[in-house]
Amino acid sequence: MSAENKVNPPVVFTQDELGWVSWIDPLPEAELTERHFSGLVDRARAKSEYFRLLVRDPEVLEARTKTDKDIFYNTADGLPRAERELAAAATSRYNGCIYCASVHARFASTYSRRRDDVQRLLDEGVGADLGERWNAVVKASVALAATPIAFGPDNIEELRRAGLDDAEIVDVINGASFFNWANRLMLSLGEPSK
Amino acid sequence: MGTKDIIDTLAGIEPGSALDTIRARRLQARENAQKSYLSLFEPIDASDFSLAERAAVAAFVTGLHGESPVAAFYREKLAANADGAALVEAIKAEIERGKTSGPYGDFPAGPLSVENKAGLIYRVSTERRPALGARLVAALEHTHLLEFRPRDAASSDMKALLAAGWSDTGIVTFSQLVAFLSFQVRVVTGLRVLGASLGRTANAASGA
Repeated sequence: MSAENKVNPPVVFTQDELGWVSWIDPLPEAELTERHFSGLVDRARAKSEYFRLLVRDPEVLEARTKTDKDIFYNTADGLPRAERELAAAATSRYNGCIYCASVHARFASTYSRRRDDVQRLLDEGVGADLGERWNAVVKASVALAATPIAFGPDNIEELRRAGLDDAEIVDVINGASFFNWANRLMLSLGEPSK
Repeated sequence: MGTKDIIDTLAGIEPGSALDTIRARRLQARENAQKSYLSLFEPIDASDFSLAERAAVAAFVTGLHGESPVAAFYREKLAANADGAALVEAIKAEIERGKTSGPYGDFPAGPLSVENKAGLIYRVSTERRPALGARLVAALEHTHLLEFRPRDAASSDMKALLAAGWSDTGIVTFSQLVAFLSFQVRVVTGLRVLGASLGRTANAASGA
């Protein structure tokens, strides 16, 4: 396949911007109909190989995209955006999705202004000591990502001790759980490229 | 909120409860997690991925997480499907063969190789291959990879699905289904654990 010739896969976790190359055929931009554009939600996503692949099933993509956006972007209340992104980055680090981790580590850095701590999560892994509050979010995310799921009352207690209320804990659960969806698509339908 | 959605049902969340109120603050996520479920299990077009195949994969992936209301729900969905009922025992047996602990697998060769973790490379048992058929055999093997060692996924895994008769569109929907259920089972578990802790707090506050 031609894709294999142009791919330069990253071998470490990074906050750099990466590309992503599909292993199966995305829909050509010229073939997208209004049904597909509804599935893309944002028309600009027609430029992305990843979204033009997922839009082969427009209804599922549309519902997935709107779930994603509300979990991460609806910050009228609940957990700060930085910590939702931390949950996404930690889940991706643990599952091994270098592409997803790069995107959400960058967001976590931007919103928290703690770029060095985010980088330690990427370099050292999910055991990095990032302070009580972030440690609790990372540990909860990792427990949720394990199969069988290891999340339990101790995780809830740790999150509460770190200052999270019940609605914020639900944001951690949603954000970490969502990346168990995203990681599996990104890892299995194509690969990252520098 | 008026009616219970699938996550409420599986997590045991009642209308008007504390968790229902919290979920209502992410209404778009709540409604679209439900729409995701409906788009996957009541699709407008099932020609690339049949309803029986969807139910079989769902029963398998949720069963691999261990027995739970979620696993029971999808097992019953398989049993209720005219073409799926005959697969229930085979799927149950394959779940038992496939159970392990993840995530594991290899990272790209380099500094991360020290984190490589070996584990089961699941293959459907020889005796159950004829009953399941080539498409489902390939799907179950890929589902196990997606669930337990997603970082091992390679372009050759796509070729194996294509060779077993899966279309590009079928692969996308199938991957979405497995990945969505990985999300749904975690949200349900997380909300159940949180809900149980709220019950304890309420009892403690009332001196019970």
